[in-house]
Amino acid sequence: MQRNLRWKTLFIIVVVVACILGITGFPKGLSWRAIEQSTIARIHLGLDLQGGTHMILQVNVKDAVNAQTDAAMAQLQTALNKAGIPATVSKPGGKQHPQTILVQGVPEARGGDLSSIVQNDLGSDYQLNTLPGGNYQVVMQPLAVQAVESRALTQEIETIGNRINQLGVTEPTVQQHGLGADQILVQLPGISDPAHVKQVMQESGQLSIHLVKGGPFSSQAQALSQYDGVLPANTELVKGSNVEGQGSGEQWYLLDSTGVVNGTELRDAQPNLGSGGQMEVDFTLTQAAGQRFRAFTGANIGKQLAVLLNGRVAEAATIDAAIGSQGRITGNFTTRSAHDLALILRSGALPASFSYLEEETVGPSLGADSIHDGVVAAITGFLVVAFAMLIYYRGAGINAVLALVLNLIILMAYMAWVSATLTLPGIAGIILTIGMAVDANVLIFERIREELRHGKSVPAAVDIGFRQAFITILDTHVTTIVSAVILFLFGTAAIKGFAITLSVGLLANLFTAVFVSRVIFDYVLQRMPRGAKLSV
Amino acid sequence: MELFRETKIDFLGKKWYFLTLTMVLFVVGMIALAIHHGPKMGIDFTGGAVVDVKFDQAAPISKIRQALDSSGMTQGVIQPVGGSGSDEVLISLPLSALNQRQLEQSRRNLLAALYKTGPAASGKLDLNNVSPSQLTNWLVQNDPNHWAAASNGQARYQALAATILSQYRDHHWGGLIPSFAALTQVPGVTPALVAAMRPAFFVGRFSIQSASIIGAEVGAQLRRQAVLAVLYALAGMLVYIAFRFEWIYGVAAVVAVFHDVLITLGMFALVQLPISLTVIAAFLTLVGYSMNDTIVVFDRVRENLKILRREKLSDLVNLSINQTLSRTVLTSGLTFLSVLSLLALGGPVLRGFSFCMTFGILVGTYSSIAVAAPMMVAYIEWRNRRQQRPARAVAGRASGEKLARSRG
Repeated sequence: MQRNLRWKTLFIIVVVVACILGITGFPKGLSWRAIEQSTIARIHLGLDLQGGTHMILQVNVKDAVNAQTDAAMAQLQTALNKAGIPATVSKPGGKQHPQTILVQGVPEARGGDLSSIVQNDLGSDYQLNTLPGGNYQVVMQPLAVQAVESRALTQEIETIGNRINQLGVTEPTVQQHGLGADQILVQLPGISDPAHVKQVMQESGQLSIHLVKGGPFSSQAQALSQYDGVLPANTELVKGSNVEGQGSGEQWYLLDSTGVVNGTELRDAQPNLGSGGQMEVDFTLTQAAGQRFRAFTGANIGKQLAVLLNGRVAEAATIDAAIGSQGRITGNFTTRSAHDLALILRSGALPASFSYLEEETVGPSLGADSIHDGVVAAITGFLVVAFAMLIYYRGAGINAVLALVLNLIILMAYMAWVSATLTLPGIAGIILTIGMAVDANVLIFERIREELRHGKSVPAAVDIGFRQAFITILDTHVTTIVSAVILFLFGTAAIKGFAITLSVGLLANLFTAVFVSRVIFDYVLQRMPRGAKLSV
Repeated sequence: MELFRETKIDFLGKKWYFLTLTMVLFVVGMIALAIHHGPKMGIDFTGGAVVDVKFDQAAPISKIRQALDSSGMTQGVIQPVGGSGSDEVLISLPLSALNQRQLEQSRRNLLAALYKTGPAASGKLDLNNVSPSQLTNWLVQNDPNHWAAASNGQARYQALAATILSQYRDHHWGGLIPSFAALTQVPGVTPALVAAMRPAFFVGRFSIQSASIIGAEVGAQLRRQAVLAVLYALAGMLVYIAFRFEWIYGVAAVVAVFHDVLITLGMFALVQLPISLTVIAAFLTLVGYSMNDTIVVFDRVRENLKILRREKLSDLVNLSINQTLSRTVLTSGLTFLSVLSLLALGGPVLRGFSFCMTFGILVGTYSSIAVAAPMMVAYIEWRNRRQQRPARAVAGRASGEKLARSRG
């Protein structure tokens, strides 16, 4: 018994030391300041407590499907032309229903050829349906649509995360949010003016280089009249944006609709000070794209190339010689906008556009007020409870207060250890934990008193008290943990914070209120002379 | 010290009083809910905008009202934080008053309206609402300290901006720089620097403490998800209690919790406190406390069923409630005291939370004695009567024996 007790005591001491180290980490020194600093670094406060910006983005994942079917449509048209089938393809659903491609004008006899073209060129992601009236419909399969959408979301999260990281925001959160697979949660601790971050986040960053077929024209109408109102096949008319040195008028270019290289083939992009004292952005292509680019430019010397950025011509220049893997964008950049553009190009293009569903900014001083108020209230509450326990249960009250303090230490250590974030709802969970911790002690002590009243000896009363109260404590705790787990699985972010502190606190409680408290009682019983009264 | 000793209160005998009180509370709550068309939802759930603004003096509420009206935001609600005469106000706008597509624009409009309340210097930046990066930019561009030549000039300006804004404005001064003259208290700020800043900046009379803008879709989704999560959690508890006791115990406990939630919701409607995400957390806590209380009583009933095999069920439940009475009063009393301190000291952010908890602990305790226990007894007695057990003395035994056996 006595040896057993010594081992249990040792175990408790080890847990306490481990937990305290968990909270403070290994401070650089033993001064109060070093310990305080290392603790602050380990306890993560939520945005509601430390200040910052929280946003929820709605991603238009259909954009990615649209891009995919656009490519498929172009591929289909080429294959049909090659096979000599006089058909036109279009997307009647527009951006709302981008998964359907309509094929019109296929002669009845060539229906079989169309079927094999779809199978061979587009693959199993697409299905060919026959429509009444001799038309056909090529539909992207629902599973493929889902895959494209979820890939777009993942890529979107990665890209936005990259951009925010490169802006130097500390510990940002960018993750999927909500039940549908099209929302992103962005949290920026310490950023109370998110305008710049939002600007960088939202830039689509689509870069590609195209061969110029005609232009510049001063307006869309002028360009169209040049070609008798019909653009040549596989070309498109694109507006120029602030192309330097060309006056302030509009500029339109006729470009090859497929680019020579695109943004995913960039290896790097850096802002630089150009020879004329203007900021510019230099980019480097990947090796494969560089080789292709060299061959292409070598074969097209004397023609013009255009750098297309976010659907606008950012730069148009004549090819003087074969160009390798280096390129450059000049324009009216300031230091900051050149840095931003380089960052956006480095992080890659957004596969889909998005809009803001929610934006919440908490200033740092409000967060500090909340912490201050919360801490004052918590300490007052704790003191009231501890004082009442000491008066009501005298000696055993000390026991209860020790168990309560240990419970809080374990809880904070857990939060520090797994880098969980403490939010206001999380504090609510801690309050419920404290309530149930007090309750566990009260249950035990009341039971011991009851058994003493029925004439049991002190050791027997303590034993029965713990045993009977344990059943109740287990039931209340398991019930609440069950609900906390369900809340964690199905709840919103705020509810999850509540569920985490609550379940960890209750598990700690089973240890402190039942095990630790019992050890202290045993210790007291051991030193007590036979027949003395228990202070409970 | 002991408050209760071997009490013998006939709780179940008073079940009609309890039922009356419950009905009164319930009806008052429901009438309040009906009059106000459901609980008042915070913008967390309805969508809309809330801006928390702190002034350097008592907030000029009538001026803010005028400014909002003249900017076309007549639906805006202005609410002083912590009573009238406070220096802090919450301005909330319903979603219909916002341009949903341009949340950023709505925010700028609101800010522009606020500047109408006091002297604003056009073209100057407000030091009380400027961000560290804006101030750093200005410092780097104007170079008042002539640090540009040094290689670390930009970093030094950045550190200076952080000291002025983060360390002093936001923490030392609690969000508001009192005046230009006060800036010289900041280490590293010379009178020459203040003089250089004067033409470009002014010290506004207010600062934005927090701003949230929430679209309607998110609000509806949050509400749905919160309600579903709570319902699932209740179902989970019901199953666990049914497994540990008997299904009627689970049903009675969940009904008691429902009773508490509905009555507390009614109280929220009565005092017109808005339901926010934090309040939802308080409701979850209330569910936990109420469930805890009920299980403690049921657990004692289960234990007594094993020992006192001849007792009538209602007497046995009465005994169990009395045996746990001192624990109930003590625990509830202590938690009540601690949430009372939260209500008094916890600040405006926690007001809805602490109100819910303070009220909830009272109903939660009441419902385990006055709702869950009588309901369980009434059902089992009814079931036993229906099974037409001959001897009255063993009424209520059937379930007890089963429970005692299963517990071994």
